[in-house]
Amino acid sequence: MTEHIVSPKIYLAIFATLMAGTGITVWAAFQNFGKFNIVIALAIATIKATLVVLYFMHARYSPKRTQLVIVCSVFWLAIMLSLTLADYNTRRHEGRLASATTCYRA
Amino acid sequence: MHRTGQLYGHFETLEQQKESAALGMWVFLVTEVLFFGGLFLAYTVNRGAFSTAFGAGSNTLDIKLGGFNTVVLIMSSLTMAMAVWSAQVGKKKLVSIFLIATLGLGTVFLGVKVIEYKQKFDHHLIPGQGFDMRYRSEHPRATDDPKEIAIEKEEVEKTFAVDQDTNAHGQLYFSLYFAMTGLHALHMIVGAGLLVWLIKASFAGRFTPQYNTPVEIVGLYWHFVDIVWIYLFPLLYLIDRHR
Repeated sequence: MTEHIVSPKIYLAIFATLMAGTGITVWAAFQNFGKFNIVIALAIATIKATLVVLYFMHARYSPKRTQLVIVCSVFWLAIMLSLTLADYNTRRHEGRLASATTCYRA
Repeated sequence: MHRTGQLYGHFETLEQQKESAALGMWVFLVTEVLFFGGLFLAYTVNRGAFSTAFGAGSNTLDIKLGGFNTVVLIMSSLTMAMAVWSAQVGKKKLVSIFLIATLGLGTVFLGVKVIEYKQKFDHHLIPGQGFDMRYRSEHPRATDDPKEIAIEKEEVEKTFAVDQDTNAHGQLYFSLYFAMTGLHALHMIVGAGLLVWLIKASFAGRFTPQYNTPVEIVGLYWHFVDIVWIYLFPLLYLIDRHR
């Protein structure tokens, strides 16, 4: 098996896409999409991150073993985020979190 | 030593040796994903509970500096990727040039971060005794336009009307802001150190198509730090710009 060399053309194309993504993120942040502002921002960030992982970090051309490790990281992150948020979002927590803030008062 | 690119006894080929090194770096990056993930989680939970104060805190950040830094960091990822390519095709001079460019861009990023931290210090936005998010005249945004200043003043007053504890909840925002960007900056500093080491080795002509593992591995690390910023920028700077 020989090493796959990603050509500078692909790097430049990815770079251009990342720049465009940054521009769209800033533009979208100033529009009022209501609840969807955060969804749009995170969706664009995730697309950008995926491009970086696939091409700049060569994940697309890596052995399956390495790809499995990458997928695992996302999987464990998803467990941490989804279970914790499911917990916070289904409890009546607001009063308790707010009362905790007295200790932050200057 | 591995650094010379010799084949270790427990590997069959140089290719396998290189893949194993990359795999090891990826395993480290998995721990980093969960490390930063915890902070993003803390941010999400607190932002959900105190969205007014978090929005007001976010709007004090300078979007021009943040945007500029995003562009700088993505450019540094491109130059890092190009350094890997140069090593793979055996252009030894280009390896050094691209590594130096990456280090330069990384330094620019950190310099801009210093300017931003200094602004927060001047504006009483460091969590602790002097913290105060109420409007004050020495807090202007990038502009001296009286209209803009009036809008800012009104926004701050509205924020306090909705959330009387803005100063308490704002400190949560800025604690997370400094923890997340500070930790990110620390990773950049480590990355800059690694780049200095790579640049020295590249001057010695160490990296060839047969042996470029260190460039590849540091590249993985550098791109990861870029990815963290790709999420930090919208979450910290852009969450409440649409009012």
